[in-house]
Amino acid sequence: MLGKTAGGLYWMFRSLERAENTARLIEAGFRIALTRSNDAETEWKSVISTSAAQIAYEQKHDTYDSAQVVNFLLREADNPNSVYSVVKSARDNARMVRTALTTEVWSAVNETWMLFSDLLKNPVHETDLPGVLATIRQQSALVRGALHGTMLRNDIYDFCRIGTFIERMDNTARIIDVKYYALLPAPSFVGSRMDNVQWETILRSVSAHQSFRWAVDDDFNASAIANFLILDRRLPRSLSFCTAQIVSNLDYLAEQYDARMPCHDLADGLRARLKDRDIASIFEEGLHEFLSSVIQDTANLGFQIEQNYRFNN
Amino acid sequence: MQSPQGVRPPYTEYDEWFSDQDAARLSKKSKEAEAFFRRTGITFNVYGASDAEERLIPFDLVPRIVSNKEWTKLSKGIDQRVRAVNAFLHDIYNRQEILRAGIIPTELIAKNDAFLPQMMDFVPPGDVYTHIVGTDIVRTGEDDFFVLEDNARTPSGVSYMLENRETMLQMFPELFSKIKVQRVSDYPKHLRRSLASCAPQGCSGRPCVAVLTPGIHNSAYYEHSFLADQMGVELVEGHDLRVVDGHIAMRTTRGYKTIDVLYRRVDDEYLDPLTFNPNSMLGVPGIMDVYRAGNITIANAPGTGVADDKAIYSYMPDIVEFYTGERAILKNVETHRCSEPQTLKYVLDNLADLVVKEVHGSGGYGMLVGPAASKKELSDFAEKLKVRPANYIAQPTLSLSTVPIFTKKGLAPRHVDLRPFALVSPNGVEITPGGLTRVALKAGSLVVNSSQGGGTKDTWVLED
Repeated sequence: MLGKTAGGLYWMFRSLERAENTARLIEAGFRIALTRSNDAETEWKSVISTSAAQIAYEQKHDTYDSAQVVNFLLREADNPNSVYSVVKSARDNARMVRTALTTEVWSAVNETWMLFSDLLKNPVHETDLPGVLATIRQQSALVRGALHGTMLRNDIYDFCRIGTFIERMDNTARIIDVKYYALLPAPSFVGSRMDNVQWETILRSVSAHQSFRWAVDDDFNASAIANFLILDRRLPRSLSFCTAQIVSNLDYLAEQYDARMPCHDLADGLRARLKDRDIASIFEEGLHEFLSSVIQDTANLGFQIEQNYRFNN
Repeated sequence: MQSPQGVRPPYTEYDEWFSDQDAARLSKKSKEAEAFFRRTGITFNVYGASDAEERLIPFDLVPRIVSNKEWTKLSKGIDQRVRAVNAFLHDIYNRQEILRAGIIPTELIAKNDAFLPQMMDFVPPGDVYTHIVGTDIVRTGEDDFFVLEDNARTPSGVSYMLENRETMLQMFPELFSKIKVQRVSDYPKHLRRSLASCAPQGCSGRPCVAVLTPGIHNSAYYEHSFLADQMGVELVEGHDLRVVDGHIAMRTTRGYKTIDVLYRRVDDEYLDPLTFNPNSMLGVPGIMDVYRAGNITIANAPGTGVADDKAIYSYMPDIVEFYTGERAILKNVETHRCSEPQTLKYVLDNLADLVVKEVHGSGGYGMLVGPAASKKELSDFAEKLKVRPANYIAQPTLSLSTVPIFTKKGLAPRHVDLRPFALVSPNGVEITPGGLTRVALKAGSLVVNSSQGGGTKDTWVLED
C-alpha cells in the first residue's frame, strides 16, 4: 500500500470521528443552554476549549453566545475543525484513497458529504439542531457499518481503525481534562448542584450517561465517573479501550509486515500507563497532569505512526 | 435513428421496445441514473468554474446503436490508423524517412511544441508509442465515417464508456436480454494486460503497473481512480514517486517499490521538472533519465502529441499510405492550413461556413463554429486568425448524422461523435467494441465537449 494511502485512510477516519465527537459536544452544550441558561456561557467556553479551538474562536468572536458557538462548530469553513470542514476533509481523503475503499464505504462517505454540504449551507435554526446532530451521528454510524461489513481485514482496515482510536483517545482525554476539577474527589463539593451538572455533561459528551447507570454499580461520584471514563474497558470511549484497540491494530500491522516499529513501543508504553491501574493512583499522580501527558503521548504516537509508515515522505 | 426508409436497421428492435415505454417511467429512470452518478462520484471538474467544483456529465438514456457491419469497417479503419500513427512516431524520433521523402514539411515537426528532442534516437519498450488511443469519429451517412482527431496523448472518457453501460444494465436489464450487445466490460482487464506486455525488458516477474494522476483536483480524477481500481493497481501522484537505484519507485508503507509500467495521466510538460517545466509539482524529477535507460515504460510515450496535432492531421491520409502501403480506410475531413497565405484568404472569405480550431487546442476551447457564430464573433475571430494564422486550421462543417435523445417532449435529434478506444501492445491492436458517444445537447449544436455542455450516451455495437 502507498504511504500516502495509509495516511489518507488514517486522516479520513480521524476526521469522521472528529465530526461525530463535535456533534456530541454540541449536543451536551446545547442541553445545558436549554436547561440551565445561567451556565450556558461557561459551558460553551469549555466546549470550545475541548475542541482546541479557543484561539481561532476568540479571534472572530467576543462572546460565547449559543447560536454563534454552534455555528462556529458546525459550519464555519475557516474553522478547520467544524463539522463542515472535517466532513469535507474526510471526503477529500476518501477520494484520494478511493481505490483502497469498497464501493459501500466510498458511497457512504460521499453521500455524507453531499448531505452535509446541503444541510449546513445555511445557519442551522435551533429547531433543526437536534435533527442535524442526530444525522451526523447516523452518517458516522453508516460509514463505520460499511467499513465493518465490507472491508477486508488487512492493513487498510488497520489504518482506518488506528485513525479512529487515536482521535477518540485524544477527544475523551480532552473532555475530561477541561473539567478535571469537577472530578477531583473534594468532599466539600460532593452532591453540590454544580458537580452534578458537570458530571452529567461529561458523561453525555461521550454518550455514556445511560451506560454508566447500567455498568457501574455505584452512585454518581467523582472517582466512579473518572474510573469509568479512563479505565473501564467496557466503555468504547474510555482511554483504556482506545489504547487497547490501537495496540491491537498496530500489532496486526507488525504481524502483516513482519516488522515492529518505534510506534509499537510508544503504544505499548501508553497502554502500560493505563493497565492494572486504579483510579486512586491516578488522582495521586494528579489528574490534570496525567491527562495532559496522555494527550501529549497520543499526539506523539500519531506522529510516530505517520513516520514509521511513511505517510508523507 | 430514422432514415428516409423509416427506422434504420440497427435501431429496429430498440424502437419496438421504446414505443411500448411510458414516458413518465423513463423520466424517472433518467433521474435515478443522475442520482447514481452523483452518489458514485462520477463527476468532472470544470476549470475556472467556482460555483460548482464538480459537475455531472448529462447522461442520455437512449443508446447510440452501431451495426456489426458498420463496426467491422470502423475498427479496421482505426486499426490501420493506429498502426500508422505508431510507425510515424517511431520514424519521426529515429530516421525521419517521411521527412526525407518530402511527404511532410520538416518545419511542421521542427517547430512543433509537441515534438520532444529528448525522444530522438530512442525506442520505447516494445516499440509502442501510443498504448492507448481514442479516435474521434463522426458519421455523415451510410458507411461514411470521418476521423476528427486522433488523440494519441492521454485520451480520456473511457470510464464513461464503462459506467454508461453499467447504468444501462441496471436501468433496463430487459433490453439486454432482447438485444445482443457486444461487451465492453473487459476493457480494464485488457488495459492491464496490454500495459504489462509493454514492460521494460529487464523486468522480471509480474510487471508492476501504476496510474499517475495529477491529483483529486484534476478534471478527469474520477477516471484515473476508476481505472486504477478496475485494474487493481496503485494510483500514484508525483510526490509518491522517486528515483531509487535507477528505477522509478513508489513510497509504500513497507518502503520503496519499483514500478515497471506507468500509465500516466499527466501531460508531457509536467512529467519531469528536470527535463521539462521546472516548476512542475506533478511529475517525477529524473523520470526521463530512467526512461531513456530503459528502466520504465511510460504510457503513452512522451512526445506522441506530435502525431495528433491538428496541422499534422491534414497529412494523415499520406501518413497512412506511407507506412501501411494501403489507402486510408477512414476519411479525413478536408482541412485548410491557415499558415498558407492563399488558404488563409479562402478561410477568411468563407469564415461563416467553416469550423476553425486551434492547432494545439482541445476540449472545444478556442474554436469557432462559423454557422453558429454571430457577426461580431466572426469578425473578432478573423482578427485573431490574421495575427497568428499558423495557429489555426479550418474545416468545412460536415452534415453530421444525428441520433435521438430523450427530452421532455419525447425523442429529438442531436449531433454526436464517437470515440472508440484502441489498446496497442507488441501483440497488436485491440479495439473495444463500443466507445464514448458524446452528444451536443443543444438543438443544432455541433459542439459535443463536456466542458461546453455536451452529454454522453451508451454506445452499442450489435453482435450481428
